[in-house]
Amino acid sequence: MKARITITLKQGVLDPQGKAIQGALHALGFGTVGNVRQGKYIEVEVAESDPAKAREAVERMCEQLLANTIIENYAYELEAA
Amino acid sequence: MNIVTRAVKALKRPARDIVAEHGLSPEEYRRLVDALGREPSLTELGIFSVMWSEHCSYKSSRMWLKKLPTTGPQVIQGPGENAGVVDLGDGQAAVFKMESHNHPSYIEPYQGAATGVGGIMRDVFTMGARPIANMNALRFGAPDHPKTKHLVAGVVSGIGDYGNCMGVPTVGGETNFDPGFNDNILVNAMTVGLVDAKRIFKSAAKGVGLPVVYVGSKTGRDGIHGATMASAEFDEASEEKRPTVQVGDPFTEKLLLEACLELMAGDTIVAIQDMGAAGLTSSSVEMADKGGVGIELELARVPTREESMTAYEMMLSESQERMLMVLKPGVELVAERVFKKWGLDFAVIGYTTDTGRLVVRHAGAIEADIPLAALAQAAPVYERPFTQKKPPAAIDPHDVPAPNSILGALEAMLGSPHLSSRRWIFEQYDHMVMTDTVQRPGGDAAVVRVHGTQKGLAISCDVTPRYCAADPREGAKQVVAECWRNLTAVGADPLAITDCMNFGNPERPEIMGEFVGAVEGMAEACTALAFPVVSGNVSLYNETNGVAIPPTPAIGGVGLIPDIAQMGTIALKREGDFLLLLGAEHGHLGQSLYQQIVLDRSDGAPPAVDLDAERRTGDLVRALIREGAVSAVHDVSDGGLLVTIAEMALAGGKGVTLEAAPDHLPAHALWFGEDQARYVIAASPDKADAIHKAAALAEVPIRLLGRVGGEAIALQGEAPLPLGTLRTVHEDWLPRFMAHG
Amino acid sequence: MKASVIVFPGSNCDRDAAVALEAATGRTPAMVWHGDDELPNSDLIVLPGGFSYGDYLRSGAMAAHSPVMREVVKRARGGTPVLGICNGFQVLTEARLLPGVLMRNATLKFICKDVHLKVERRDSIYTHRYAQGEVVRFPIAHKDGGYFADEDTLDRLEGEGRIAFRYCDETGAVTADANPNGSSRNIAGIYNETGTVLGLMPHPERLADPALSGTDGAKMFASLVESLP
Repeated sequence: MKARITITLKQGVLDPQGKAIQGALHALGFGTVGNVRQGKYIEVEVAESDPAKAREAVERMCEQLLANTIIENYAYELEAA
Repeated sequence: MNIVTRAVKALKRPARDIVAEHGLSPEEYRRLVDALGREPSLTELGIFSVMWSEHCSYKSSRMWLKKLPTTGPQVIQGPGENAGVVDLGDGQAAVFKMESHNHPSYIEPYQGAATGVGGIMRDVFTMGARPIANMNALRFGAPDHPKTKHLVAGVVSGIGDYGNCMGVPTVGGETNFDPGFNDNILVNAMTVGLVDAKRIFKSAAKGVGLPVVYVGSKTGRDGIHGATMASAEFDEASEEKRPTVQVGDPFTEKLLLEACLELMAGDTIVAIQDMGAAGLTSSSVEMADKGGVGIELELARVPTREESMTAYEMMLSESQERMLMVLKPGVELVAERVFKKWGLDFAVIGYTTDTGRLVVRHAGAIEADIPLAALAQAAPVYERPFTQKKPPAAIDPHDVPAPNSILGALEAMLGSPHLSSRRWIFEQYDHMVMTDTVQRPGGDAAVVRVHGTQKGLAISCDVTPRYCAADPREGAKQVVAECWRNLTAVGADPLAITDCMNFGNPERPEIMGEFVGAVEGMAEACTALAFPVVSGNVSLYNETNGVAIPPTPAIGGVGLIPDIAQMGTIALKREGDFLLLLGAEHGHLGQSLYQQIVLDRSDGAPPAVDLDAERRTGDLVRALIREGAVSAVHDVSDGGLLVTIAEMALAGGKGVTLEAAPDHLPAHALWFGEDQARYVIAASPDKADAIHKAAALAEVPIRLLGRVGGEAIALQGEAPLPLGTLRTVHEDWLPRFMAHG
Repeated sequence: MKASVIVFPGSNCDRDAAVALEAATGRTPAMVWHGDDELPNSDLIVLPGGFSYGDYLRSGAMAAHSPVMREVVKRARGGTPVLGICNGFQVLTEARLLPGVLMRNATLKFICKDVHLKVERRDSIYTHRYAQGEVVRFPIAHKDGGYFADEDTLDRLEGEGRIAFRYCDETGAVTADANPNGSSRNIAGIYNETGTVLGLMPHPERLADPALSGTDGAKMFASLVESLP
């Protein structure tokens, strides 16, 4: 199965990169752009056909390594490979 | 029956545009067919196209580069290997080279610059040397050109991220802004490494039946035709070339560095070369050719990261962070263990043979079968026609308008893009890792201690393109002289240089004339100063829509300081010290920054270079430094005397009170003239006598400029310029430009 | 004092740390590869600076899961002093031996320069050679040095006296201007509950040699030599 994982900063954590991106968009003429927050997108192929087991594995991966849960949230979608 | 001929699927008279797309002229194609004895396969066409590209074959420059002096008692290895090597004594040697990554950096500045740094570091550690310092010489377009800010941000961040991740300090460099580089920026990267003189690794694969081993990253489709891109000009279609820019992985290169050095501590390697431009092709061809052997490759064994790569793609790929080794027989497992430990791919992909041919097999077919002599030695060598323009006449300083105020002009100059502080740049480079950086960025030369000893390596990158544009020969002499002075000014014995010859299209006679003039000027200066060229790189076709860059023969020089306790630094240190000028003054304002910044003029001949005066003055300065007679030293170059003094004052946070300039020349000519072969020194008054005597003995003119003291630059007849004001002006321009454009 | 320096793939200040330790202790430290699950008996464990795993994913994230770190965590919990410098500090936070996180610098760029630090406590094994509140100069060289923790954690650290160093100006004033990377409350380094684990972003090993324009860093190693067997 393939997991599509999105990692984002928790609400309230300062995101200087997001702020810089917002400034650059404004400079390009996109004056209507409000807040910008940036994160990571990770694709992981899991050799597991049982969705429940795959879900469990992905969650453990996120908790242990892919996200730093002090400052990051994660969300994921699973699809057949 | 010639099995080989039948096995290779030769193209049927390839269409004109396939040949042209490969960067080969019709004559070159005919030459190829002659050398091969038949029409080539597509893979063979690809191989010839990269080996005969300007970047790999030096076909336009080779005959002229032979004029450069490349030998000396200190030279262990001159041009011809991955990098040059000079003797440091006590069984140690310095390995160094400079390389260009101009075209890729214009297209994708971050990756272009990053992979440039990666490539030059591999050239050094492939010889067994741990890199100990990086430097770079950058040329960007005018600040108000729309692309400049983006290019600066990308290049600096690419250089920083790669070098910092490798853990090699980037200790200095040069950055210039000039409209001449608007559409062709220059990114020249230099690396210096340290090696045990008895354990230098070379690339000649001597021996038949030896395993040919691929190590490092997997091969992908990156950079195919990078070598031919570097050999062509830009036009509107260049933006589409974006996919060919290679992406660097400095983490993998750090692992590769450690794995190679670990293996090199043993006795398993016969020859090793990094895979740079033209990847597997150039490394296998050059190693076999130098070793006088043939080489057979089985591409099915090449680690790939993309599916179904063709032989053509595998031979031409410029995926980064890969090396090719030829090992002694029977040691493959020993070597593999080292690379596996560091998490790198390791594959035996072929063997050396006695046929003198490159044979490439893939999926049961022979995709290429080429006599090596055809690729390397039979590469075309061109004697291109050239014209040289008459250099402009020297400008009479009396004909140059004086500024409203000398100190006002100084402020304008120090706050200009040309002379302002580069702190915004060098604070993005880790310049202290390895804990041997004894002189950080900001001085005449960087100094890195030779680890575990009291010796220092002085390193400097130099070139003044506007001088070379006005008079390539005299400008090139000045390049060598200035580098030699910068090393001398920190107390080093200059040892040797590496060059990066950046020019436009050599098929244009006036550009070829610039190249010839520059080589001749360099040769003259290198010979007179016993400062040979031990390695280098040529980057041609730096032009867009027919407009070429100014001729930019950049050099990187290395010198040896026997004891870092006796080192010259630019900062003024003591109130009451005398400030003295060593060297002759002629108020030379032609091609000066004063003219350019204050008067918006760029005419006149560049300053003449008197190599004998350079030698005498420099030797005197070095002796004074080693005797401990001077407390500060700075060589005079861009901006002239007053700029030199101001830089010393800012570095030390100490002001100066200056005597009136002698009146045989206009004051601004004396303060801002860019006469060569000069240094400003500071010394305590009790040393003045001895210094005067030494100068007289060396036949070097000497003049008292003033005294160190106070917190301003004080000039007779003008309100003093407070150091605080000058510092703000000096530090302000670059960060403001990068924040707002 | 027997020291061990952990070497991760991509560490590059390991030799620097070893040189400073040898100069201070007279003994060559053990260089321990991350892949080893065994760690020699050590009075001090050092996690050096560098770019372990290229700083990919998050600085220090992958190194924190190296085989050797299991043993490092065990020893730390058992009271063995652990010093994490720069990337080492990042590894300590990812390994949860220290609270908080190191984030991208506020300027978004790598910064290499000298900074001034205030020594907040001189009664730890790392700092008793300094004076209370002494202003020292150490170099920084990092892109991800912004220390962040939630307000409760920060208050707890302050309350328990676990702030080791703060960025300040040359007079000792802790100001925004003196903060090079946006760290909360100008925090440059922190201790664990027992004051035996120290993580800091600046590099003491880079200013431990008179030829390198300063020796403020040497005092940290000297303090350790005196405090530890």
